[in-house]
Amino acid sequence: MSDQETVLEMNDLHTHFFTDSGEIPAVDGVSLRVNKGEVVGIVGESGCGKSVASLSIMQLVPSPPGRIVDGDIQFKGENLATATEKRMRKIRGNEISMIFQEPMTSLDPLFTIGNQMEEAIRIHQKISKKEARTKAADMLKQVGIPRAEAILDEHPHQLSGGMRQRVMIAMAMSCDPELLIADEPTTALDVTIQAQILDLMRKLNKENDTAILLITHDLGVVAEICDRVVVMYAGQVVEEGTAREILKDPKHPYSQGLIRSLPKLREREQKLYSIPGTVPKPKMGRVGCRFADRCPFAFDRCYEETPSLIQLNNQRTSRCFLYDKEAQEDAESPVGS
Amino acid sequence: MPNPLLEVNGLKKYFDIRGGVFGRKVGDVKAVDDISFTVMEGEILGIVGESGCGKSTAGKAILRLIEPTAGTVRFEDKDLTELNAEEMRKLRHNMQIIFQDPYASLNPRHTVEKIISEPLKVHGMTSAAERKKRVQELLETVGLSAYQASRYPHQFSGGQRQRIGIARALANNPKLIICDEPVSALDVSVQSQILNLMEELRDKFQLTYVFIAHDLSVVKHISDRVGVMYLGRMVELTTKEKLYEEPKHPYTQALLSAVPEPDPDVVKERVILQGDVPSPENPPAGCAFHTRCPMAMDICKELRPQFEEIEDNHFVACHLYGDAQ
Ligand SMILES: Nc1ncnc2c1ncn2[C@@H]1O[C@H](COP(=O)(O)OP(=O)(O)OP(=O)(O)O)[C@@H](O)[C@H]1O
Ligand SMILES: Nc1ncnc2c1ncn2[C@@H]1O[C@H](COP(=O)(O)OP(=O)(O)OP(=O)(O)O)[C@@H](O)[C@H]1O
Ligand code: SF4
Ligand code: SF4
Ligand SMILES: [Mg+2]
Ligand SMILES: [Mg+2]
Repeated sequence: MSDQETVLEMNDLHTHFFTDSGEIPAVDGVSLRVNKGEVVGIVGESGCGKSVASLSIMQLVPSPPGRIVDGDIQFKGENLATATEKRMRKIRGNEISMIFQEPMTSLDPLFTIGNQMEEAIRIHQKISKKEARTKAADMLKQVGIPRAEAILDEHPHQLSGGMRQRVMIAMAMSCDPELLIADEPTTALDVTIQAQILDLMRKLNKENDTAILLITHDLGVVAEICDRVVVMYAGQVVEEGTAREILKDPKHPYSQGLIRSLPKLREREQKLYSIPGTVPKPKMGRVGCRFADRCPFAFDRCYEETPSLIQLNNQRTSRCFLYDKEAQEDAESPVGS
Repeated sequence: MPNPLLEVNGLKKYFDIRGGVFGRKVGDVKAVDDISFTVMEGEILGIVGESGCGKSTAGKAILRLIEPTAGTVRFEDKDLTELNAEEMRKLRHNMQIIFQDPYASLNPRHTVEKIISEPLKVHGMTSAAERKKRVQELLETVGLSAYQASRYPHQFSGGQRQRIGIARALANNPKLIICDEPVSALDVSVQSQILNLMEELRDKFQLTYVFIAHDLSVVKHISDRVGVMYLGRMVELTTKEKLYEEPKHPYTQALLSAVPEPDPDVVKERVILQGDVPSPENPPAGCAFHTRCPMAMDICKELRPQFEEIEDNHFVACHLYGDAQ
């Protein structure tokens, strides 16, 4: 959909770690786009590079050992991959805000929750301390934190993990960003609280047109809130499509395996499907399809050549040779779905 | 008709809260507050509930890894709460626990061999050669290889570590295993491998599980019956079919309606709970759920509902169904 305004565009991003045991291509040529008002999900197995890709956008990859070695990240006409630290500090928490997977690292242990929230709010809005405090308390209530007024005067260590996570969410949302990056924002929370948070994110998205990039393991969360989904495997995008397409009719054998592995709330099944084997360790100069060792459809070509992303229709891509010939015709799934 | 293997009756665990200069007791956390249930031989009983509702505490108190404040726990023909330390030690090999975190529950300085053979030694397998053989057998049972015995936990992935924890739990042929969130830390694809393994082991060794988790679809997949806890109490307990198809307790209804489903065609009527999540230090009077319950009545604020069998095999603690309505 080219008529939509693009907020973020990542082009062939490579973020590598330079360690004693060699160079690790954690993000190995990832391209993705988030439009205004859109919610895009990134899913994929643990270690496939989801967090590193999103940290790259904010220039927050620990460096050394990490570094963006190639590619660019366009945010409203500006390449964030080469932006100065001074410029990035302006962008972070203002135009782009991020909810981190590990909330403790992003709250300052020395200051009260109220101090930190008021400060964040007042950077973006010319309001008094008192008004900022009222707004902070209000945000805490919205993310389901009891005793909001009292919590404002407490320090991060006095809160449970789930509460800290919600404080982060409240802070990220309170500054009204154009892009919100949320890395597993609800994994540590209960379903009843999770439902509240997803509701809130949806509201932010609808009312303020905030674009959201949501990283999650949970395909249920994807179905709830995402418009489009990017599936990653071993540092690369292997499939992209609308949430409905990916969940209902996954094309890439890895996506198919992922979706079949889920225990379903509504169906009875005897035995769960599981993808055999484990994710390969990232390494340089790999030839062949990265999923080949675990793929039920692998054939000779998969070990000899490296597949590139094949366009299936205008929004849909899949990195798999099975679609090479079919790409022009009506693509059909190898597993009857 | 299978026999009951485990009967928990009126189990309570209160933790003291100490404060002030003298560290005097100033209150208590009612982590588990009077729960009762029975688990049949060969059955898998799932327990779900939100974080902090007392699931792990209940699991540990049943095995007396922490001392219960009140209640009885009957295992086969013995009341565990009446046994002395020595008698308890002798019985322990029959009852095992698998912990939530596959990283924290294995000693990083011990090889897998040592980790798994330790409980064998404690329970009287004195021959080192015999132990070695048993360790290899166990590793193969859980889908690892014998050669991996000399490795250390950090050399394994999360899913493999969880398998090591399972192998250790199986070492002495237990009858009962309490599984405390055994797959919560794992990826979906690894999760399905472990769930399948646990089901196979149950069939192979006629095991009985108490399976604690917060993921309702996981619990549904593996359990025969499911209990729902809220703030230290059991609020509903029935077969998984009944629980998922006709939940009775308003909390169970809200919980089920909040589960996000990976199917864009499922349209759900969502119950978004209002009100504060109460603290177990100071649980609301009457029904502990009344501060968030969309159906709360006057009586709910005053009288604690009994946990009663309102239909065959369907236990609920709620005034909507009791005599009081
Ligand atoms: N500081 C680091 N030094 C070296 N390698 C790293 C570092 N941080 C991440 N990596 C590697 O980069 C890869 C991608 O990690 P990343 O954290 O992005 O995974 P992820 O997809 O977010 O996984 P999860 O779902 O577990 O959060 C992993 O293989 C990891 O080992
Ligand atoms: N040793 C302890 N001392 C004081 N309070 C405790 C102790 N252990 C647990 N608690 C409290 O008891 C309550 C129940 O904790 P428990 O760990 O049993 O919850 P849970 O249901 O297993 O939660 P989760 O899903 O997060 O694992 C919590 O409020 C917790 O803070
Ligand atoms: S390219 Fe080959 S190995 Fe890779 S996913 Fe497709 S069929 Fe499987
Ligand atoms: S007893 Fe009352 S407050 Fe408690 S769950 Fe039933 S209706 Fe709701
Ligand atoms: Mg991550
Ligand atoms: Mg627990």
